[in-house]
Amino acid sequence: MAARDLHGPNPPWAKGFSVVGQPQRKVDGLSKATGEAVYTDDIALPGMLHAKTLRSPLPHARIKSIDVSKALALPGVHAVITGRDLPERYGVIPWTQDETALAVDKVRFVGDPVAAVAALDEDTAVRALELIAVEYEPLHAFLEPEDALRQVEPKIHEDKKNNVSKHVLLDFGDVDAAIAGADVTVEGEFGFHSTTHAPIEPHCAVARVSPDGVLTVWSATQITHYVHRALAKVLALPEQQIRVIQPCLGGAFGGKSDPFSLEFCVAKLALITGRPVKMLYTREEVFYTHRGRHAMKLRYRTGAKKDGRLTGVDAKILIDGGAYSSFGLVTTYYSGQLLTGPYDFPTYRFDSTRVFTNKPPCGPKRGHGSVQPRFAFEVQLDEVAEALGLDPIAIRRKNFQGTHTQTVNGQRITSNGFLECLAAVEAASGWKERRAKLPYGRGLGVAGSMYISGTNYPVYPNEMPQAGVQLKVDRSGLVTAFTGGNDIGQGSSSVVRSIVAEELGLLPEHVRVVAADTDLCPVDLGAYSSRVTFMVGNATIDACRKLRAKIVESVAAKWEVDPARIVMALGEVVDLDDVTHRLSVREAFHLAEARHDTLGSTGAYNTPELGGKYRGGTIGASPAYSFTAHVADVRVDVETGRIHVDKIWVAHDCGRALNPTLVAGQMDGSVYMGAAETVMENHAVSARGLHTGPSLLDYPIPTTLDTPEIESWIVESIDPEGPYGAKEAGEGPLHSAIPAIANAVYDAIGIRLRELPFTPAKVLRALGEQAERVESRRQRPVQAAE
Amino acid sequence: MLRLPQFSVETPSTLEAALGLLADHAGRALPVAGGTDLLPNLKHRLAEPEVLISLADVGELRGISVGADGALSIGAMTPLDQVANHPEVLARAPALAQAAGIVASPQIRRMGTLGGNVMLDTRCRYINQTHFWRKALGFCLKKDGTVCHVVAGGQKCVAAASNDTAPALMTLGGELVLRSKAGGERRMKVDDLWKTDGIFNKKTRLDELVVSVHVPAQRPGHRGAYGKLRERESFDFPQLGIAVRIDLDGREVADADVALVALQARPLHLKDVADTLRGTTVGETSFRDAVDKVAERAHQQCHPLPNIPGDADYRREMVPVYVRRTLLSAVGLGQRPVS
Ligand SMILES: Cc1cc2nc3c(=O)[nH]c(=O)nc-3n(C[C@H](O)[C@H](O)[C@H](O)COP(=O)(O)OP(=O)(O)OC[C@H]3O[C@@H](n4cnc5c(N)ncnc54)[C@H](O)[C@@H]3O)c2cc1C
Ligand code: SF4
Repeated sequence: MAARDLHGPNPPWAKGFSVVGQPQRKVDGLSKATGEAVYTDDIALPGMLHAKTLRSPLPHARIKSIDVSKALALPGVHAVITGRDLPERYGVIPWTQDETALAVDKVRFVGDPVAAVAALDEDTAVRALELIAVEYEPLHAFLEPEDALRQVEPKIHEDKKNNVSKHVLLDFGDVDAAIAGADVTVEGEFGFHSTTHAPIEPHCAVARVSPDGVLTVWSATQITHYVHRALAKVLALPEQQIRVIQPCLGGAFGGKSDPFSLEFCVAKLALITGRPVKMLYTREEVFYTHRGRHAMKLRYRTGAKKDGRLTGVDAKILIDGGAYSSFGLVTTYYSGQLLTGPYDFPTYRFDSTRVFTNKPPCGPKRGHGSVQPRFAFEVQLDEVAEALGLDPIAIRRKNFQGTHTQTVNGQRITSNGFLECLAAVEAASGWKERRAKLPYGRGLGVAGSMYISGTNYPVYPNEMPQAGVQLKVDRSGLVTAFTGGNDIGQGSSSVVRSIVAEELGLLPEHVRVVAADTDLCPVDLGAYSSRVTFMVGNATIDACRKLRAKIVESVAAKWEVDPARIVMALGEVVDLDDVTHRLSVREAFHLAEARHDTLGSTGAYNTPELGGKYRGGTIGASPAYSFTAHVADVRVDVETGRIHVDKIWVAHDCGRALNPTLVAGQMDGSVYMGAAETVMENHAVSARGLHTGPSLLDYPIPTTLDTPEIESWIVESIDPEGPYGAKEAGEGPLHSAIPAIANAVYDAIGIRLRELPFTPAKVLRALGEQAERVESRRQRPVQAAE
Repeated sequence: MLRLPQFSVETPSTLEAALGLLADHAGRALPVAGGTDLLPNLKHRLAEPEVLISLADVGELRGISVGADGALSIGAMTPLDQVANHPEVLARAPALAQAAGIVASPQIRRMGTLGGNVMLDTRCRYINQTHFWRKALGFCLKKDGTVCHVVAGGQKCVAAASNDTAPALMTLGGELVLRSKAGGERRMKVDDLWKTDGIFNKKTRLDELVVSVHVPAQRPGHRGAYGKLRERESFDFPQLGIAVRIDLDGREVADADVALVALQARPLHLKDVADTLRGTTVGETSFRDAVDKVAERAHQQCHPLPNIPGDADYRREMVPVYVRRTLLSAVGLGQRPVS
């Protein structure tokens, strides 16, 4: 780790922070609120064609023939392409590239792209799709992972040995002995269903080829850099000839992390026709494109001593991957690697298998790979507490791993505010007075979790920095920051602005941020794994410090004072020891430009060496972890089985809240997303392999009326390596919302729900099956009626 | 975005002109009111009219009035939002106000009309899907196909009537004023509107328009309520809809009725409701027992099919619960629908 990467958590100027820590409006807040923001679909270019995708109606089939002649003959149609036109494989993980832009020889799920048409308008393109004749030979469809494991043929990917996408078995210490030596062992099976991101903006891409052959692709992506690389590979074009731009983005949540079929198709169609081409997915296509949460079947075994100390945790996980690999290699590791906090596991084993099935491909969704195991483990931990007669918060405290420590799987833990998180939700929820004492049907539940702030696994191996930032200084007093970091609504460009304003003593409105344009911005690996604030933030500080040294030096020379006396803040430069020395930052820029020539700087960040010294040890190894605790307050209508999540208290350790408004927004968004996955959302496929309802009517996302009341606490543990001590806030606060609700349901009605989602029908069934338990719970003395 | 098929639009400004256009384009035209049901259905290619006759400019079809006899007359083009919040509807037909006020979402209630709600197409999890999806599954009886995916081997479409106001109007003895160019004006009880055919579950003629909805004056002790099972607190179609009317004489039940929707192709009256409740006294166990009995009967009489989203067994289990809760709400302080 270079000095470049470490800036310490303190404010850059002696007088404390002037921008960081204050609530700041988002850089694009007003333009979004007023409808001025330009999303990909708002782009209209002269002569632009509209493209549409023909999709497979079958879950698994060989393509015997495709005849596009009739479609091509339709007036208004400019080009039709099939898999043969784009046979090169891609995939975000270099070792598992198993996708093509359009199906080559076979289709693997209902919705798999087969052909694409560019026409004068969408209606003509739609009509042309109907004229493409595809002859299929149906194959056995694997719709359950167990089936795909049991039966190998007909393999979903013919070049693989079987239908296993990835298997990871990692052992840390002697788990079996540790569990055998425990005073209590709890074992159980859990089910997590698939859910999807449902961003309001569907995927969209526009391509244009300039007369000199430069291909520009605007895409609603959250990782411009990988799209850039993948386009070059698939189109066999030099990377310098391609420019990728991410316009304003209408939500992603992980669902826009892969390179997608439409990006290649618009590019290819633009190259063929010489005209700009746009493709906008329908809502239905977004559901097929998916990359949502993996369904998992999880078996956990946990041992503990009488005092509540865990002795070992043993997990076996079957992961339903859907048709392609996507990020699946990482998912499989994450399903085990990210569980080893905030509690100390003396021994641990996980055995995770990701299996291909003929369903829409799964991928990264907010809390990638670790939300499902977190649910299972936190429910099991509650059972351990119950078996030992311990308070669920007490057992979590008891097992706290501490700060600046190492996990059993070799991950370095730095700052850790989990105890503060627990204390906050315990106090706010009235836990001690209310848990196990509310009237029958109401209950409280707790859970905790941790998440990464990026990892030191760069997806494709390279020695270059993970994040880069470039600054350009204008004589007007404006500074423009160029970053490859993708602002997907989470506010990363706003974070960059705040940091530049803080470091260079500018008013935030005198900093502009240009993001996610591969021609203009230095590479950043994109918006995933909650890496942007940490990595781009540190790179921004690095760039600012280099520039600032020149400016301070120039001003000091002019005033003939020690540079240490100079402070820059909110547009002014002052001498701390002589108030007659005062300049605007703009004037300071002029002095520095005169002295040093045109001003600019670059900054970068790379992670230190981290992770266990074993295969996969770096996957999930993060420079800093965030920590979260939730308490849920639920009401169960035992007649209808409906769970009403009335309130959730969430406390999240984000290191330092660079902009508390953004942190609180991420916490709220995470909680409602987690709550929705718990009680309503379900991305399901029928026995025929068809999505059960690919629309926002049939796939219910919560309305404001279905969203719990949320009270959130920001805990600031001030990380030694984060920018000013910041970690992450975008994904961590989702995890423990789900088990907290499950545990609250148990407190309310005495029923352990282990299979998500907790639909009313399921609750009623469980109530019927466990009538005895319920009866004893009903007898519970009501000490604190509401 | 899903594309609409191509059609032309007529925008008559009088009822007569609208009826004339409908007659001229017989079989090739559909009237469109708020469009909140029709346009999604067109996007799904469930109908392919050549002409849409918009009723938006036909002023005669809007408005709520109270006749000298205390009957309500509601123009077919009156938005649901107005029906739900109109003081006369709230006072005279609370179940209708509640039902109208719980349809879809606030935005849709501003566009969607009462006439459109009465004339709502039936719904099914296998039909309210895109053309691509329906084709991938195999088309069904209701449109383009020959089989039913709900009832294996079924020869009849059992898509569910899903309009919230229908059962409310049935308990209130509501009538439709219908008019066509050829047939002139006629009245039809909402009770008599339905056929047990999910493909088109109404007995109206294709060239006929609903002009208004007529709700006769209720008894002085009239009480009403609407209950709706749905997944979310907004947006969702009923997985079960229950309208209740209880006419009280003091605290004693003089008459009562319960009607349900979202079961099968037509909304249904529950049998023996009046006989069971009549003579019982609200606030006494006789009433509670009778309510339980009605709920029990409802459970026996209603068999939700797996036609619309939601677990059919669960929907059946919810029949007695919602019937009981809605009955109690009608005589209690129920200002809001039961959901
Ligand atoms: C997301 C969503 C949720 C919904 N949820 C619900 C719900 O919970 N409950 C519910 O009941 N409905 C629901 N709907 C359906 C619809 O919004 C309502 O039923 C609404 O009342 C329909 O009225 P409209 O004026 O928009 O009808 P339109 O769509 O204009 O018309 C509906 C049908 O009636 C015919 N029609 C309209 N007016 C007349 C007339 N005067 N004479 C003869 N025929 C006529 C049309 O030709 C068409 O076939 C929902 C719709 C959406 C999109
Ligand atoms: S009930 Fe049967 S025929 Fe009718 S719409 Fe549904 S699947 Fe089609």
